[in-house]
Amino acid sequence: MNEIISSLVTFLIASPVFGIGISLLTYYAGSLLYEKTGSPFLNPLVLSMLVIIALLASFNISFDDYNRGGRFISFFLGPATVILAVPLYNKINLLKENALPILAGIGAGSAAGIVSIMFMSRMFGLNELVSISLIPKSVTTPIGIEISNQLGGMSSITVAAIVLTGITGALLGPTVCRLFRIRNKVAIGVAIGTSSHALGTTKAVELGETEGAMSGLAIGIAGLVTVFLAPILANLLL
Amino acid sequence: MIKYLIQFGIILLASFLGELLYTSLDIPIPGNILGMLLLLLFLLTGLLKLSMIEDVSNFMLKHLPFFFIPAAVGLITSFSLLEGKWTALVFIVVISTFIVAAVTGITTQVLIKRRKSDE
Repeated sequence: MNEIISSLVTFLIASPVFGIGISLLTYYAGSLLYEKTGSPFLNPLVLSMLVIIALLASFNISFDDYNRGGRFISFFLGPATVILAVPLYNKINLLKENALPILAGIGAGSAAGIVSIMFMSRMFGLNELVSISLIPKSVTTPIGIEISNQLGGMSSITVAAIVLTGITGALLGPTVCRLFRIRNKVAIGVAIGTSSHALGTTKAVELGETEGAMSGLAIGIAGLVTVFLAPILANLLL
Repeated sequence: MIKYLIQFGIILLASFLGELLYTSLDIPIPGNILGMLLLLLFLLTGLLKLSMIEDVSNFMLKHLPFFFIPAAVGLITSFSLLEGKWTALVFIVVISTFIVAAVTGITTQVLIKRRKSDE
């Protein structure tokens, strides 16, 4: 009996169904949990990541075994990046009224973020590969992965940093705005969306309609601005 | 069903055109970002109607984090690289998030106020 089970398990792990199945299962469980609790720590991506990593580590299954199925999911990262044009198109009218303040704010904030990351990375003696991977950590995940690959970083480190950034923004974004006396609703929304993408935006939406809409607009623009800023600043500062 | 396949086909085509542009232009902008810009351009010029990609886009956007799972799990291959650096990593991520929010918010607020006082 045990032999049958163990050969079944071996057969399963050798198939792409394993990686795809475990991803679907953990994502589904994570979605249910997130719906119930609403806690930014329990978002489906964090949960899937932690559970799958724990599973691979404790049963000594290699990442390559997982990724036999995982790479089918990763294929959709391309289309997932392209369709970010849709929310940007839907919100681009919001830019009309305050185009210059919003664009200048996003540009200054994104640049300050990159410079601070490189400065602190050097302070802590992180190696170049890790610090490069952190550069696009404030933007939305698909764009962040693209930038990380472009710069020669490790996209998995980038994704982890992006998720942690999102959690930080969702928990502390409004507090930071209060601390720095940012009271204008447009400015609050743009600040949260630029610093902590979609996860932060869930919090901005709770603050109010203007804050939520501006945060949503800022996600796409901050992503594009960082695409252009990151290689320039990385070249200057490395 | 066919409608969704066509919508996904259009999205794939934009992604492919972006990659094509990237390889032929030799600019440091990733292909899928170029695809996104192309799609935005098509939508803004009316060459493409939102309804031609809307259903599939909304479905994918709703479940976007699912597509990042394998990339996130890939962190397991970087554990040795990050050994002893976790505290630094968390510190850098949290502090730089504050910096981005503060600089963005302050800049935007100051410029909006200045423009209002000019009027």
